[in-house]
Amino acid sequence: MPQVSMTVNGKPASGEVEGRTLLSTFLRETLGMTGTHVGCDTSQCGACVVHVNGDAVKSCTMFALEAEGADVATIEGQAAADGTLNAIQAAFQEHHGLQCGFCTPGMVMSAAALLKENPKPSEAEVRKYLSGNLCRCTGYHNIVKAIMAASGQDVGAIAAE
Amino acid sequence: MYAFEFERPSTVADAAKALGEEDAQALGGGQTLIPTLKQRLAMPSKLVSLSGIAEIKGVCKADDGALCVGGGTTHATVASEAKADYPALAALAGNIGDPAVRNRGTIGGSIANNDPAACYPSAVLASGATVVTNKREIAADDYFQGLFETALDEGEIVTEVRFPVPEKASYQKFEQPASRFALVGVFVAKYADGVRVAVTGASESGVFRWSEAEAALSSNFAPEALDGMAPPADGMISDLHGSADYRAHLVGVIARRAVAAAS
Amino acid sequence: MPADGGIGAATPRREDVRFLTGAGNYTDDINMRGQAYVAFLRSDVAHGKLKKVDTGAAAAMPGVIRIFTGEDFEGVGGIPCGWQVTDRHGEPMQEPPQPVLAQGKVRHIGDRIAAVVAESLEQARNAAEAIVVEIEDLPAVVDMKKALEPDATKVHDDLKNNLCYDWVFGSDDAAIEGAFSKAAHVTTLELVNQRLVANPMEPRVAIGDYASHSDESTLYTTSQNPHMIRLLMGAFVLGIPEHKLRVVAPDVGGGFGTKIFHYAEEAFCTFAAKALHRPVKWTSSRSEAFISDAQGRDHVTKIELALDAENNFIGLRTDTLANMGAYLMTVAPAVPTYLHGTLMAGCYRTPAVQVNVRAVFTNTVPVDAYRGAGRPEATYQLERLIDKAARELGADPIALRRQNFVTEFPYTTPVAVQYDTGNYHGTMDVLEKIADIAGFEKRRKDSEARGKLRGFGINCYIEACGLAPSHLVGQLGGRAGFYESATVRVNATGGLVVMTGSHSHGQGHETSFPQVVADMLGIDPSMIELVHGDTSKIPMGMGTYGSRSLSVGGSAIYRATEKIIAKAKKIAAHLMEASEADVELKDGQFSVAGTDKSVAWGDVTLAAYVPHNYPLEDIEPGLEETAFYDPSNFTYPAGAYACEVEVDPDTGKVEIMSFAAADDFGNIINPMIVDGQVHGGIGQGIGQALLENCVYDETGQLLSASFMDYAMPRADDVPFYAVDHSSQTPCTHNPLGVKGCGEAGAIGSPPAVVNAVVDALQSGGHKVDHIDMPVSPARVWAAMNNA
Repeated sequence: MPQVSMTVNGKPASGEVEGRTLLSTFLRETLGMTGTHVGCDTSQCGACVVHVNGDAVKSCTMFALEAEGADVATIEGQAAADGTLNAIQAAFQEHHGLQCGFCTPGMVMSAAALLKENPKPSEAEVRKYLSGNLCRCTGYHNIVKAIMAASGQDVGAIAAE
Repeated sequence: MYAFEFERPSTVADAAKALGEEDAQALGGGQTLIPTLKQRLAMPSKLVSLSGIAEIKGVCKADDGALCVGGGTTHATVASEAKADYPALAALAGNIGDPAVRNRGTIGGSIANNDPAACYPSAVLASGATVVTNKREIAADDYFQGLFETALDEGEIVTEVRFPVPEKASYQKFEQPASRFALVGVFVAKYADGVRVAVTGASESGVFRWSEAEAALSSNFAPEALDGMAPPADGMISDLHGSADYRAHLVGVIARRAVAAAS
Repeated sequence: MPADGGIGAATPRREDVRFLTGAGNYTDDINMRGQAYVAFLRSDVAHGKLKKVDTGAAAAMPGVIRIFTGEDFEGVGGIPCGWQVTDRHGEPMQEPPQPVLAQGKVRHIGDRIAAVVAESLEQARNAAEAIVVEIEDLPAVVDMKKALEPDATKVHDDLKNNLCYDWVFGSDDAAIEGAFSKAAHVTTLELVNQRLVANPMEPRVAIGDYASHSDESTLYTTSQNPHMIRLLMGAFVLGIPEHKLRVVAPDVGGGFGTKIFHYAEEAFCTFAAKALHRPVKWTSSRSEAFISDAQGRDHVTKIELALDAENNFIGLRTDTLANMGAYLMTVAPAVPTYLHGTLMAGCYRTPAVQVNVRAVFTNTVPVDAYRGAGRPEATYQLERLIDKAARELGADPIALRRQNFVTEFPYTTPVAVQYDTGNYHGTMDVLEKIADIAGFEKRRKDSEARGKLRGFGINCYIEACGLAPSHLVGQLGGRAGFYESATVRVNATGGLVVMTGSHSHGQGHETSFPQVVADMLGIDPSMIELVHGDTSKIPMGMGTYGSRSLSVGGSAIYRATEKIIAKAKKIAAHLMEASEADVELKDGQFSVAGTDKSVAWGDVTLAAYVPHNYPLEDIEPGLEETAFYDPSNFTYPAGAYACEVEVDPDTGKVEIMSFAAADDFGNIINPMIVDGQVHGGIGQGIGQALLENCVYDETGQLLSASFMDYAMPRADDVPFYAVDHSSQTPCTHNPLGVKGCGEAGAIGSPPAVVNAVVDALQSGGHKVDHIDMPVSPARVWAAMNNA
């Protein structure tokens, strides 16, 4: 079987895979990093979003072998080594941007990609950017609010809606 | 997924060679092919990933002013790099799928697949673009041949698409609410020698040029030129998201909006 | 009271940290040593006779461990139904068997024909494809009306016909006829509450495990109620007693009803693990979920309202066809009856209400509870009808509702329930403020200036939650108790473990339940840990559904904590040499009234486990108490919702411009979590109103079989919601005074949206008085152009 090597959350990772092994499968099963979730098979739900060389991608719609040599970032690498949540994670907790938690890894990774590209997104821009991330619990209200808060915007007025 | 061999060549020549094997299939960004494989609706013996081929990636400008987009260029790259030269094309690319899909999906993959509801075919057709492959150049009008059908031969690789840049253009999409593919998408492009209008999402035969609209707009490039116009409902797709009548009606509405938005 | 973490505090959720760092433990994250994988061969026809299932070649394929078919399950119990409805003639409903794997016939797309267990998932799938199946196609029964025709093909050959039951409830015929015969006006509406797919983001997973040395089976499953699964699967399917069967539902990625039920895949994995002496894992793909998760709603209704000359509601009658699909899932028969008919009076004092429901078998995926379960259907019918009546009478829709509100409590409805408390004018007052109704006309003009039609829609809902008084449920055909249990274990050093039979799959119990206990004991909530989701750790449980966790499960915790306090006071009294009656507990400190004597919480807990100075003659050592709480009534959350939409007249596209919700949930434990529950419900309600539709063609093929065709609401389909729960009438019969908030949003929102769309179209001169959901662009356009 082919071997694949990549960097995951700053650490070297490698393993044997098949041609058909998805990046999400490699992360979850070969590396045991089960924070990346799989919620659909048509590339729509976004629970599997990770970053590959800095870009958000759906890891269930990419073969592990295509990540050869890549720099991969997952939800497991978002908090500081001492467990301190990053600004997006902290905002999700503070503003109750998650309920069952299943879509959350993808949401956090998509939010991180958005804020890198657009540090102060408007409400409409956040909503549009999340069009590839489904959440069934929150009605998106607190996810959008959390991302805007993480970008440093005052969300006090939203609370009073 | 069925098992297959996987190869990731770094040159078009090597890719073409790999694709010469029986039942080998090219893999662009995989955003359609991988879901298809998961459903076990395809059974390639080998997948040849084009993602490692630097020579078919990127956006540049040809001497004749045409915008050249490498076949392996992602939608995200087109959205940012075509913005200055062909803003309507960049806007189209920046609105395909979602951000994660745009970071993987490629123009070559999209037009090789020729999904009847995909966005890119309308841009290629409305721009009168040239599809360049590892073997030949194909005019857009000859390239699209119906649902999921193109002029490509087995194993032929789209290496580049050359877009003549119009004076004004716009792509407007009315989304199918579930897939967010085009329920109806209309690309309008105004050139010195006339207007081209291509419609995606609507027809049972895939992307098509709406010649009546082209004629009307060539004499008067204004939304009002299309007032009351819609293509015949005959041959339009009818499904749970909309009837043929509705799609035909939308083509008129969305075309007028595209003309109004053209810049 | 610890203001930062007790009752009423918007405490951030402790469970978030693991979910935000990828450390959650969902069922698919569990991998057992030596596990095998399951692939089900599912029917690709809706109805057919199984002529042959030849597994010979498939069984010889690489990696295949064993292939199971229906024959392997002869003599094994079928998947049971937990509720028996009695029909209008006093006869029990028709109740067909549901085999674990098909026997003789397949009855819906996705019905299970065979199951392959193999070393890898792909090997299992390869072999499943290689099974040779011969099916004699039978006509598919899809349309409910056609299913009831005398010559219709029968879904179940052994039943008389496709009618599960014909159920009548509420006022007698004479009362109803009397009301309609003296009506000054009758408004009639026919409508469809379309079938939905719950689609929790985590697909279902089941892992069976078996320990031969102890003859113990363990099932890890994505369930809202592991104890119920233990009971149903153990007692009715596999014949495993409770002490030999452990069911674990770890982190579960949303449920919304569809993870209540006991599914055949759970029984299969448990059965196969024992047969093969290996762990057996099944993970549903989303595509598989669309044809194997029980679906929701699917009612077709005709409803009539009689009004007198002063616009008072005097009579209401309904005639509903409710789709059961091909088999009866766990609570399916109760959904269109006791969860629907009982709520048909709404917030109104209509004196005569009669509900008729005919439940129908079809060759479609089974239907059961989906968020709201019966109550959204009741609310939608009634509130669409009232809106239509207001329009016909030229009455203001809010005034017409207010005029007919129930205002005196307790109020017993003609459909058998007693509302203990409420204030419907109160929630409407709040709504009128937060929805800025006064400013609507100006907003409408602004929309018109942009070429859009703007509409305003209102809705008042009431629901019954907190299932349920067991004695009542028993009378109505429920085959279980509906109490909840809790054990509070105080450790020697003062920390607590609270074990609950409720299950949290997004509701935040790990945070909110400790808030209740912390408040009662006056200690920091960080001293309290919640344990749920494992039958080996918790005495009993009925699980989480029907917005019951806090009002029933929380009340059990309250009662157990009361027992803890009572015993702790005895110990404290002994330690302080005081009379038990004089001991007070405040801020985690026991003291004697009128003295300076006190002992700390930790001194008492330590004494309980190191009973050197202890009243051993009166009480036992240790500090652990269990309570079972069985509610005496349902709770009745209610509220008023408003929606504003813009309709694009050129395309028919509807955009939600604003959404406001004023709810009365009684007392609130964690307002942040309550807001979140309402937000989520509204999101799903908007999804139903505008986007979601589960559609079968006439052959029973599912047309909306993936997210490519089943439109899930996305972030840009919805606005921010204005929610307010300041109007509070505490429940009178549970100790916390709480009502339940989990389903309200999904119940209250669809009629508000559709009422707003109709209002928008009417404002544009379109004589459209109803559009069935989902109010898609294509449907709006068609309605505008046909009217």
